[in-house]
Amino acid sequence: MIEAVGLTKRYGAKTAVYNLSFQVRPGTVTGFLGPNGSGKSTTMRMILGLDQPTSGHVTIGGHPFRSLPNAPRQVGALLDAKAVHGGRSARNHLLSLAQLAGIPAARVDEVLGVVGLQDVARQRSKGFSLGMGQRLGIAAALLGDPQVLLFDEPVNGLDPEGILWVRNLMKMLASEGRTVFVSSHLMSEMALTAEHLIVIGRGQLLADMNVKDFISANSADFARVRVAEGVPERREKLTASLTEAGGQVMSEPDGALRITGLPLPRISDVAHEADVRLWELSPHQASLEEAYMRMTQGAVDYRSTADQKAGLQQPVGHGYGQPDHGAPQPQVLEAPQQNWYAPPPPGQNPYATAPAEPAAATADPTERDTSEDAR
Amino acid sequence: MIELDGLTKRFGNKVAVDRLSCRVRPGMVTGFLGPNGAGKSTTMRMMLDLDNPTSGSVRIDGKHYRDLDEPLKHIGALLDAKSMHGGRSAYNNLLCLAQSNRIPESRVAEVLDTVGLTAVAKKKSKGFSLGMGQRLGIAAALLGDPQVLLFDEPVNGLDPEGIHWIRNLMKALAAEGRTIFVSSHLMSEMALTADHLIVIGQGRLLADMSMADFIHQNSRSYVRLRSPQQERLRDVLHEAGLIVVETGGGILEIDGATTEALGELAAQHQIVLHELSAQRASLEDAFMQMTADSVEYHAHSDHVAAPPPAGPQWGDQWNERTGGGPAGTGREV
Amino acid sequence: MASVPAVLTSEWTKIRTVSSTVWTLISAFVVTVAMGAALCALMNSQFDDLPPAQRATFDPTFISFSGMVLGQLAMVVFGVLVVGTEYSSGMIRTSLAAVPQRGSFLFSKVAVAGVLALVVGIVTSFVAFFLGQALLGDHRTDIGAEHVLRAVVGGGIYMGLIGIFSMGAATMLRSSMLSLGILMPFFFLVSQILSAVPGAKKVARYFPDQAGSKIMQVVPDAMNSGTAPYGPWGGLGILLAWVAAALLGGYLVLKKRDA
Repeated sequence: MIEAVGLTKRYGAKTAVYNLSFQVRPGTVTGFLGPNGSGKSTTMRMILGLDQPTSGHVTIGGHPFRSLPNAPRQVGALLDAKAVHGGRSARNHLLSLAQLAGIPAARVDEVLGVVGLQDVARQRSKGFSLGMGQRLGIAAALLGDPQVLLFDEPVNGLDPEGILWVRNLMKMLASEGRTVFVSSHLMSEMALTAEHLIVIGRGQLLADMNVKDFISANSADFARVRVAEGVPERREKLTASLTEAGGQVMSEPDGALRITGLPLPRISDVAHEADVRLWELSPHQASLEEAYMRMTQGAVDYRSTADQKAGLQQPVGHGYGQPDHGAPQPQVLEAPQQNWYAPPPPGQNPYATAPAEPAAATADPTERDTSEDAR
Repeated sequence: MIELDGLTKRFGNKVAVDRLSCRVRPGMVTGFLGPNGAGKSTTMRMMLDLDNPTSGSVRIDGKHYRDLDEPLKHIGALLDAKSMHGGRSAYNNLLCLAQSNRIPESRVAEVLDTVGLTAVAKKKSKGFSLGMGQRLGIAAALLGDPQVLLFDEPVNGLDPEGIHWIRNLMKALAAEGRTIFVSSHLMSEMALTADHLIVIGQGRLLADMSMADFIHQNSRSYVRLRSPQQERLRDVLHEAGLIVVETGGGILEIDGATTEALGELAAQHQIVLHELSAQRASLEDAFMQMTADSVEYHAHSDHVAAPPPAGPQWGDQWNERTGGGPAGTGREV
Repeated sequence: MASVPAVLTSEWTKIRTVSSTVWTLISAFVVTVAMGAALCALMNSQFDDLPPAQRATFDPTFISFSGMVLGQLAMVVFGVLVVGTEYSSGMIRTSLAAVPQRGSFLFSKVAVAGVLALVVGIVTSFVAFFLGQALLGDHRTDIGAEHVLRAVVGGGIYMGLIGIFSMGAATMLRSSMLSLGILMPFFFLVSQILSAVPGAKKVARYFPDQAGSKIMQVVPDAMNSGTAPYGPWGGLGILLAWVAAALLGGYLVLKKRDA
């Protein structure tokens, strides 16, 4: 259990973390999210006693980190893969850490086995790839078999198998009743790993809730409906009926309807009443990324320009390069809200086939209408 | 368009890339996947003529790299965030690249603006964070407004806003008809970005197909049904000779039938459905399935990069859980 | 083909936008001039205490260049860093992707940096000469005297060539640290020590610095520097051969090896 109460950190005039209070509970993987510069690293460093809070306090299992008896056996952390003396072998690096904490040397070989570094244990870590360095850092975190684990961007540099392994490792550690606190920028990865989220922006708490609740709170769940092909009027008719029943209906690039505000059984009933046969009726939740983007809007310190195309499309006048590629399609890049809605299904990327088409804001019944008499 | 023809690279007696032949086509984002040590980086370096192939060749728009007149105007690459002189400012790093290919100086400010580094343009790139270094590398790739772009792990170090931005940038560049080739280890990210996949293992081509085909061929897909008339529905499905798996919570899973067929079947028998959705495994599942199937790769996989053989118990049970394709990750064709 | 003027412009931008260029070249100048001046002042005051043999072969031109023993090390650092930072920063991949013709890339870089090194070398050489002569009092010589102009210009060329030699060596070794680790002890210690060891002397006088520095002597075998079977121009020729070999080696390594 990690507990922060009124945690505040100022660097001169700049407040990095302001009045942050949260609890990281044991038994679940808790994700720690926030844009660059939001104070995530500072918070992590304060948890580990590396930075001193300006005010407030943070405790691990009830004690501040610095007064923990034998901290390495209670808290393990992966902060930076490069925090290793490159001239030392992986095994000696861990051995020196183990000796410092009074951990038996046998445990060193154990954790080397766990992270899959046993074959290179005696090589100097200078020659390690980023992924291997990451595994070594994870080994160091696991060394004391601690109840509380902190990981900062743990999948950095790992290959797909390594990523899957780390994800499963974290879930496994949590299921053993440990406290697992993970910070990451990879929303899609976080959605698969964390059960609980703590989100901060500009040093303040934005959210502290379950992942599912977070997504539901920050974006709408929706249903995707496809009408049997053949008679276009049916789709139009269903759209009208659903709108009448209180739903919002939008058109998807492949002709399906996206419906918000109506539960699936209700949609089924409306379709039945309208005498429309369905070829698909599936529930969807928006992506964590979309929910996150909505929540942190305005809390981002550091942004790319919205109209990247200006840079790409304006070199007219220099007469170099290949200026003859199609007309500007600013919609795609300017990422209006609609574009953040559920990423297109794999292989059905709307940008690839119809680049200029933003996810339509409203159903357009004159287009692609296909339905037929049914049921 | 990038064409690889029998591309081979040996380091001593180790074959890093083995007779690789494929085409990276314009107008879409092509993902380049493979486990660590599969030869991805070596292949990308040979594409840029940084490594000499042992045999075979790479052509960029029909030409060998060394024959390209001012290559930055044809192909831009982000290989490694650490590919600039740290003691030079971001602006000057780009300026010397621009000058070497006779790209007007005004373009430097443009690409810096595109990647959001205008405010730090005059600062030495030594002090840049990983994410800022990545943005500088992307700026360098865009400098010559090239038709072909290579990105190696582009989202490394970027924050969610940056990841979102680079993904949309790559898609937009592809939509303009450019050739976009992206290598990444992040399957979940790749699933959102790429239209086409080239997968290699042990230096050999394992797959060269669309994302949808790749997932379809390498994982189980099924249709999920829910109905208030579950008993009747099950009978009807049995009559039609379909295998039904009940997973609790009133959910039926059916293999080997399309949502269209099942929708028609339900309509014929006047059964109300509360859910009719195709479930597909994730790209990650498909990728794991494929690389596990590749025997050569497996025999080779038991060195450093392999998952810990000592602790299969750490992973096994979760593999099973993720293998089923949980709700929300499934998408329909 | 990449346009050579474009690559030259690019290399000039590279050189002028890093601070190491400025501080290595300034140190080369300051160290050479200051140390030369100090020795000249010392010689002037202690000339009468010198052994007769040294007094007989006293070379006022050569003595004003004695700072080059240390000053050339700064030139070595300059030459090494010009090439070595491409490798240590990872810039080499970006550079070669922009200019895939290895020859155009290397020789444009060497041309720009080499011309700069030669210019700084010649300026240094002239300043060191005039300042040294001013401090030598009665023992001075004159720029118009026989062979003196050759020695002064030669001193500048020597410094420039040492810089270019270092660029070639760094291209072969592909690392700043490794190159400095080999070249610095070589020029500062190994070459000096071997030239004092009777047996090794015959080999040592064909080393780039031993051979090249003959061009700076007005009096043959000045100050017990040892006899050589070649004249000043022959010595410079030997140094040029070393430079050519280093550049050729560097070019071949760059062409053959993976970046």
